[in-house]
Amino acid sequence: MMAFLFRRKKSANSAKERLQLVLIHDRTDLSPTQLESLKDDLIQTISRHIDIDPTAVSINVARDGREQRLVADIPLKSATRRRAR
Amino acid sequence: MTAKVITIVSGKGGVGKTTSVANIAVALAARGQKVTCIDGDIGLRNLDVVLGLENRIVYDLVDVIEGRCRLRQAMIRDKRLSELYLIPAAQTRDKTAVSPSDMVRLCDELRPEVDWIIIDSPAGIERGFKNAIAAADQVLVMTNPEVSAVRDADRVIGLLEAEGKGPGALIINRLNPVMVRRGDMLSVEDVLDLLAIDLIGIVPEDEYVVVASNKGLPLALEGKNKAGQAFQNIARRLMGEKVPFLDFDTLNVFQRLLGRK
Repeated sequence: MMAFLFRRKKSANSAKERLQLVLIHDRTDLSPTQLESLKDDLIQTISRHIDIDPTAVSINVARDGREQRLVADIPLKSATRRRAR
Repeated sequence: MTAKVITIVSGKGGVGKTTSVANIAVALAARGQKVTCIDGDIGLRNLDVVLGLENRIVYDLVDVIEGRCRLRQAMIRDKRLSELYLIPAAQTRDKTAVSPSDMVRLCDELRPEVDWIIIDSPAGIERGFKNAIAAADQVLVMTNPEVSAVRDADRVIGLLEAEGKGPGALIINRLNPVMVRRGDMLSVEDVLDLLAIDLIGIVPEDEYVVVASNKGLPLALEGKNKAGQAFQNIARRLMGEKVPFLDFDTLNVFQRLLGRK
């Protein structure tokens, strides 16, 4: 009865989620490791110019039709907070 | 007459390319079009048996390219549809016997003679695939609603774009509406969202496909079955008609009546 209520995730959904990830990798030839090292480089470069919180930075490959784009979200620390410190 | 050259590709083998080429060619010929199909799978000839023309082969594609016969001599005429021809693949050679420029030359010679040239591509993305798409005006990408076929289709679409032949139009073959409804098969919408190219046909899974190939009698010759009807719709869309996609809700009712598989 409980097993019926908590049914397994539909297999078509797993198929779609897995394909979304695999296709991004296939299309861009960018491995998660490469993406991580790109992120580190980016954080270093930006930090030379402006104060950022490295842990808050996120970099992802987004899908837009057949195009892939690199989307970076880099929150800036506020200037007032920096001055108060 | 200036033929339009259509190539059917998939990347992955076994998704139904040969069956589709046979049925789209038959459906076009049944609508009064003059059609020649070419089996591009050299060394693994199969379009001849699906069309039921295997006993009439004298010359093949490689014979034409190497000048052992004239183009006309290698064109086997279908006796059921007078305007349907097949140029079979060579069975004892391999893909390197033909080059992309050979295919362009052959199709250019054939173009004034017919309305449509339909080329069956071998599986894979190597020489045979490049030969098959070299002369194409339009490429149809075939997939099944399952992970490996969709992944390979995506790869092929990328290659088509790189070769300036893209993006192509998609045929989703072997869709099982009962499984889709149960959530156990990727839906048409899922596949379109993943691959992001235009759709030209949805072919439901149909036991009759096997029966038809057993007999060498393409199912598009009869309009009674759903798969045959789907191929006829693809042919009509190629001819520029606006045809709505098959309604799978009625199919569901029909399949439920027959009993779930």
